[in-house]
Amino acid sequence: MDPNANRNALLSVLGTMLVLAMVHLAGSHGTEYQIRILNNIAIFIILAVSYNLINGVTGQFSLAPNAFVALGAYTSSLLTLTPAEKEISFIIEPCIWPLSVITTPFIVSLVAAGLVSALLAFAMGFPVFRTRGDYLAIVTLGFGEVVRVIANNTQSITNGPLGLKGIAEHTTLWWSWGFAIVTIFLVARLIRSSYGMAMKAIKYDEAAAEAVGINTYWHKMLAFTTSGFFQGIGGGLLAHLITTISPTLFTFFLTFNLLIIIVMGGLGSTTGAVLGAFLFTWGGEWLRFVDEPMDLGFTEIPGIPGMRMVIFSCILIFIMIFARHGIMRTREFSWNWLCGKLGIGGRLR
Amino acid sequence: MELTFFLQQMINGVALGSLYGLIAIGYTMVYGIIRLINFAHGDVMMMGCYFAYFGILMFSMPWWVSFAVAMVLTAVLGITMDKGAYLPVRNAPRISALITAIGVSFLLENVGLVVFGGRPKGFATPAMFSEVYEVAGLMVPALVVWTPLLTLVILSGVLFIIHRTKTGRAMRCISLDMETTRLMGVDVNRIISVTFAVGSAAAAAGGIMWAMRYPEINPLMGIIPGFKAFVAAVLGGIGNITGAMLGGLLLGVAEILLVALMPELAGYRDAVAFGLLILILLFRPTGLMGTKLPD
Repeated sequence: MDPNANRNALLSVLGTMLVLAMVHLAGSHGTEYQIRILNNIAIFIILAVSYNLINGVTGQFSLAPNAFVALGAYTSSLLTLTPAEKEISFIIEPCIWPLSVITTPFIVSLVAAGLVSALLAFAMGFPVFRTRGDYLAIVTLGFGEVVRVIANNTQSITNGPLGLKGIAEHTTLWWSWGFAIVTIFLVARLIRSSYGMAMKAIKYDEAAAEAVGINTYWHKMLAFTTSGFFQGIGGGLLAHLITTISPTLFTFFLTFNLLIIIVMGGLGSTTGAVLGAFLFTWGGEWLRFVDEPMDLGFTEIPGIPGMRMVIFSCILIFIMIFARHGIMRTREFSWNWLCGKLGIGGRLR
Repeated sequence: MELTFFLQQMINGVALGSLYGLIAIGYTMVYGIIRLINFAHGDVMMMGCYFAYFGILMFSMPWWVSFAVAMVLTAVLGITMDKGAYLPVRNAPRISALITAIGVSFLLENVGLVVFGGRPKGFATPAMFSEVYEVAGLMVPALVVWTPLLTLVILSGVLFIIHRTKTGRAMRCISLDMETTRLMGVDVNRIISVTFAVGSAAAAAGGIMWAMRYPEINPLMGIIPGFKAFVAAVLGGIGNITGAMLGGLLLGVAEILLVALMPELAGYRDAVAFGLLILILLFRPTGLMGTKLPD
């Protein structure tokens, strides 16, 4: 038992309150643009932390988060849209029966989004975890693509390529950061539990993990399903932030972004995933200048739209070549570490 | 079902399938030798199309010169990619190499978007390939005849390199045991670069024929054929070149027949490949030709 457990719990509560106070300040004083960025960061934190659980912690290289985010986004949007709104949106084919009449509050739709995505992850896990390594990557990629193709073709459920419009903008800083904190807390708890230990064991040596009696199949399933749950919720929050969704939003590109985030932060580190989400969103906004014309006073450099993604791709390659372990490696932030650094209450060590 | 209709679809399927097979050669060669899924292979194919496009349009080369130059340039691109991105991660865990490949793929796509622009460009099909013959009531576009023929030529060329040349022998050695091959005094990195070059040139040929089939090109055109070619490679047993070709043919025919027989499912066409992939990995993970599958 950590002798500093009480202090650390207190610090965690204080830290959470500090974040919430900042959210409150940002919500009341920030510009619309700043609030949007903060919302994006929170959603990316949710997606990256849960993606890291399967990819980084358990070491199963899934490329399917776009499928879960898509399913979550569609589920929650279809649940919050009113029947009248659905009638307007579904112009080619009407919405099928139970969906066309149901309207639920935002929170119910989010939980439903998480559950439906978790269910998909669970079902997908059976075939997926028969494969390993890069085959697993390709199979999950295939599933991601199949989900997108289905979203494109089931006109009476998803409205096909037209997508859903006029989704109410329910996602506020409180919702997004609230869920971000809950996700970080729950995923961190899971990683520290015996289940998390087993997941890490699978990552380092699957055969050895199996040999010491860990049921590798079910632990992978647990990680994958949990990850799917939070990605579904993230998808729901995303849909209610941007208010318009269509299948093109959930291509492999989304997975690529999440991959950069967790690789940058360090595969296997929740702290890294959070840092990565910050850096990626903030850096992405900062890098906008390369897409826009630049005025140097004496001459003007025309902006090159799309240059940002070139830079991000290079960053990913460079990280892989020169700093494969990312910012955090597999280390985690802890209060003990911080207090040790600051030289307070060093009862440990 | 009418026989002519069926034959017509089979012809189309074989033409499409040989394109998949041609692109799959690169996947399967690279995977066979260094166990890397070269995610960027489809994008290499896209670059090949643009090289050919600019060769014809800007340098007004005759089409056959332009195509040959495009294949050479694409081979050079393949070597550059290997030396620049994959060589530094060769001894890293395989997942690192895979992430690098994903990065290279996005880099090529986005460089394509920045340099060539996102708007699709019409691809000038040489007259020789755009004719349509009528044989016994079947409409046979010249391209549909040429594609399998050229594919066969390239396939034999690749098989010749692998089985009859010294470089090919080195490739086969590396796929069995890279370290021992190195100890035998083979310049392993050079051989791997040659593998990338051959695979990329084959992809360029496939890409150019793809571009003539749907006469337009865009920077994201490589994604879907790239994935499908990978499926073809797995279908045929990854690492096996003849298998890749057969897998490609099977996939092409399956896809065309689905659209022909069940037109209402045409939208799910792109899902067929992945459905097949999942089934193959579940029930016959060694693929059709049955080579050993490393995990």
